[in-house]
Amino acid sequence: MIQDKKEHKFGMVIDLDKCTGCGSCMVSCMSENNIPFKEDESRKKDSITWMRVYKLTNGKSFPDIQIAYLPRPCQHCSGKGGHGHSPCVSVCPATATDYGYDTGIVSQIYTRCFGCRYCMGACPYHARYFNWWDPEWPAGQEKYLSPNVSPRMRGVVEKCSLCYHRYQAARDKAYYEGRDDIEESEYQTACTTACPAGAIVFGDLNDPSHMVHQIVKPDPHPDPMNKYVVDKSRNPKVFRLLERLGTNTKIYYLSEREWVRKAGDNYLDGEWDKVKNHHGSSSK
Amino acid sequence: MKVDRRSFLGLGLGAVAGVVVSPVGLKLTDDSSIWTQNWPWTPVPVDGEVSYDSSVCNLCPGNCGISVRKIADRPVKIEGLAGYPINDGGACLHGIAGLQYLYDPARVKTPLIKKGDKFEKISWEDAITLVAGKLANIRKGGAPQKLACITDKTQGSVPKLFDRFLTAFGSPNLYTMPSLESCLELTAQTLHGNGNTLGFDLENSDFILSFGAGLIEGWGSPVSCFKANASRKKRGAKLYQIEPRLSNTAACADKWIPIKPGTEADLALGICAVMIKNNQFNSSTFKDGFNRFAIMVRNKYAPAKVAGICGIKVADIEKIAGQFVMAKRPLAIPGRGRGRNGQSLKEFAAVHTLNCLVGNLNQRGGAFVMAKNDYLSFPEAILDGVAEVGAGQEKLAGSVDEFVTKLNAAGKPIVDALFVYNANPCYSLNEPKRVKQAFKKVPFVVSFSSFLDETAMEADVILPMNTFLERTEDVPSQAGLTKNVVGLIRPVLKPVFDTKDPGDALIFLARALGGSIAQNFDWETYADCLGDVTAGIWDSLSENGHVLVPPKPFKEFFEGPPDVDFTFLATNPSTVQAQGDFGLTLIPIDNMRLLGAMPADSPFAIKTVSDKVLIGKDIVVEINPQTARGLKDGGDALLTTPVGAARVKVNFNEGIMPGVLGMVRGLGHTFDNKFVSNKGVNVNDLIGPQIESGSGLDAAFGIKAKISKV
Repeated sequence: MIQDKKEHKFGMVIDLDKCTGCGSCMVSCMSENNIPFKEDESRKKDSITWMRVYKLTNGKSFPDIQIAYLPRPCQHCSGKGGHGHSPCVSVCPATATDYGYDTGIVSQIYTRCFGCRYCMGACPYHARYFNWWDPEWPAGQEKYLSPNVSPRMRGVVEKCSLCYHRYQAARDKAYYEGRDDIEESEYQTACTTACPAGAIVFGDLNDPSHMVHQIVKPDPHPDPMNKYVVDKSRNPKVFRLLERLGTNTKIYYLSEREWVRKAGDNYLDGEWDKVKNHHGSSSK
Repeated sequence: MKVDRRSFLGLGLGAVAGVVVSPVGLKLTDDSSIWTQNWPWTPVPVDGEVSYDSSVCNLCPGNCGISVRKIADRPVKIEGLAGYPINDGGACLHGIAGLQYLYDPARVKTPLIKKGDKFEKISWEDAITLVAGKLANIRKGGAPQKLACITDKTQGSVPKLFDRFLTAFGSPNLYTMPSLESCLELTAQTLHGNGNTLGFDLENSDFILSFGAGLIEGWGSPVSCFKANASRKKRGAKLYQIEPRLSNTAACADKWIPIKPGTEADLALGICAVMIKNNQFNSSTFKDGFNRFAIMVRNKYAPAKVAGICGIKVADIEKIAGQFVMAKRPLAIPGRGRGRNGQSLKEFAAVHTLNCLVGNLNQRGGAFVMAKNDYLSFPEAILDGVAEVGAGQEKLAGSVDEFVTKLNAAGKPIVDALFVYNANPCYSLNEPKRVKQAFKKVPFVVSFSSFLDETAMEADVILPMNTFLERTEDVPSQAGLTKNVVGLIRPVLKPVFDTKDPGDALIFLARALGGSIAQNFDWETYADCLGDVTAGIWDSLSENGHVLVPPKPFKEFFEGPPDVDFTFLATNPSTVQAQGDFGLTLIPIDNMRLLGAMPADSPFAIKTVSDKVLIGKDIVVEINPQTARGLKDGGDALLTTPVGAARVKVNFNEGIMPGVLGMVRGLGHTFDNKFVSNKGVNVNDLIGPQIESGSGLDAAFGIKAKISKV
């Protein structure tokens, strides 16, 4: 039973100028969500990391080179026009991944998944991972697993759920206390609370009292240059990854540095200069 | 019956219709998808009531407050503790992964004794009886100083108990592993007199001049540094980072100043020279040697000369000096990387002298000269005749590195027994090969350890210790913080294996030895001892989990700026140079995702390591493409130093100075844990110790090297 009937759109904004690439978010995510590990995790394509921190550089040579880090959880696409047709949801033949219209969260139901991996092919962000092997914990280590997230089995796809179990827990608590709504602080993802630099801000993009809304300032109108793009940020320092695809991700990024904002998409020569002032980046 | 075309088609169509309509097909598909996914070996975690325990993490000197979420009394998650004065809710990846240490494949589960090349299980009683017997024999020989001990730190009741044990036994030979704290204490002692240490008010400084200090690479108390760094933008505070490689700290700094490795002290003294020349200093508290120091830097560290040594422009030195002086709350911080290994007193003193000259001592946003944490009151030690003989003996060496060197040099064993507590010198000191050799020369080594790591493998007896999640201990803050916080580690679960608190093991051992040693450890348990020795603060410590010592406002705590003694630097002590004459310099890289010392990393931490650092079992070495003639990006190479050689992979990185090779610290473990060990090489294997005369510190932060294609 859903107690909290209000339509939410949970999302986050990550300040790439504050992010130090320390890796706390990655480990907090692994520990919160029972993510397994194996002997060799250096082949990053089969290393399951719901949250992965990428290293960016400005491509210049010594000593003008600069680096930045970009944490990448599942981007929780709202799909073209924000109608819930996320790339992965659209292709799943098993309804194992679905769009939550009440939360904006793209779910993953492990027991329905039969491992066709269409969703992995459809995801433009490499946010989905396949369990090529059964997870194995060294003797005793299964004792620290959390019952709030089911351990997965061989042959299914998994990805970030925005710690949906924390939302469920917050909702249960609110129901028990006779409240209709949950507070901003009651539902925060594991990566957000772990970040020692405070680079991640999480909340409801639909709620103007939430910090994430105040930073992102989502545009209530579709982008005049591309009708499929909605909720574009009106903050010129905020951008989304591959925004022009119209995936309408709910993970926003913030940086004062132009080269970092430019790294959010692949631009042709000269293209960036024409579009960079349109809300930080182009969605044409 | 004749099968004609019509009946054949009818039968076929009927069969198809039957299969389509029948639920059997669907049922079988459904069942097979269920049964192929319900693997009996996929664990189903037990659900139950949720509760939270608060404690303190001691995986590094940061000592952050942690909150442990438990479900049905089973710890399932570690997070930062909100409101804790050091980390206020933040946590680093190692602390968050802390639960993995409980069930680490390399944990020592029971006391072990070495028989031949193998370890065998032994009971606690037998192990203690055996150790006590060996120790009693040493005392009978009348040379109690032949027991030595290596621990990780000096502060807190557990290190003090080891100290007390050695005192009661009659040995002065207690050594600690190199740490930022010990370097800061030595610097404070050299410049401001005994009993002091240094703290840096990063949160309130508006201009931080960091001489390679990896503020977000794990320097000092990491989470506290992360927070101070994150707040810089809001405060408008600047950070200038001086180091040969574009570390993460350099990347987020306002300015990165690449200089040749090992020339930090020269640059600091060069900036001193500029400040003195321009008369931009505050000399009210200068005590001894300032004039000699001023003449020395004018003659030896003129900007033109320093620029050549460091590989930067004269104008840049003057500009840095100008900005440092003009800032409202300037602060210079020493300690390359984590500030732990390969540090020199000259460099620490030179950098801290900038703080003395600019007059920020004990000022908001400046460097604090503080009295060492002193909240413990042990009853006076009781010495018997044997102990008094030992007490009169000289300590064998000034530092753990010198101690190892002396062990190796001696023909006959100079110590008969060695304790090692919470330290892994056979991995984390430079050239561990020689440390292992030295250990082999000691007839009897006892390791107090939670893990069967490189050092424990060298021991004759291993006494298994509780991890920080299973024990009780007081942990005073250190490592460059400006506040004295004493935290209390509290067990969040019963010991998983047959392990003990280190204090309890010592009490047990002292009781077995009897006599005056037992009298010095006259407590039933370590918990009783802790309550006794922290009597002054125990009530609030046990109630709140931490105490601020002293709980006085800032101004009362620091009474004006302290005196500064320049005599050490006025003699211009020599700078330790990288060993060897190859053309390149190999430097170790401290990376936040690897702990680098004790304990070894958790599987989660290893999982976060980039494929630009570790690929399969190969370590990746960073090199500037300008230097990498003949090498291929991603290709194999042979790295050779005067001490050793290793097969490596090459990564072209524009963020490292030409002429410098960078290799991460913290890989290449060799003990039995497939998730952590046998990955890459230990950079310490390639670097030989270079003892700084006077301080005894191993100041080798790097070594000369060459690299060639294989």
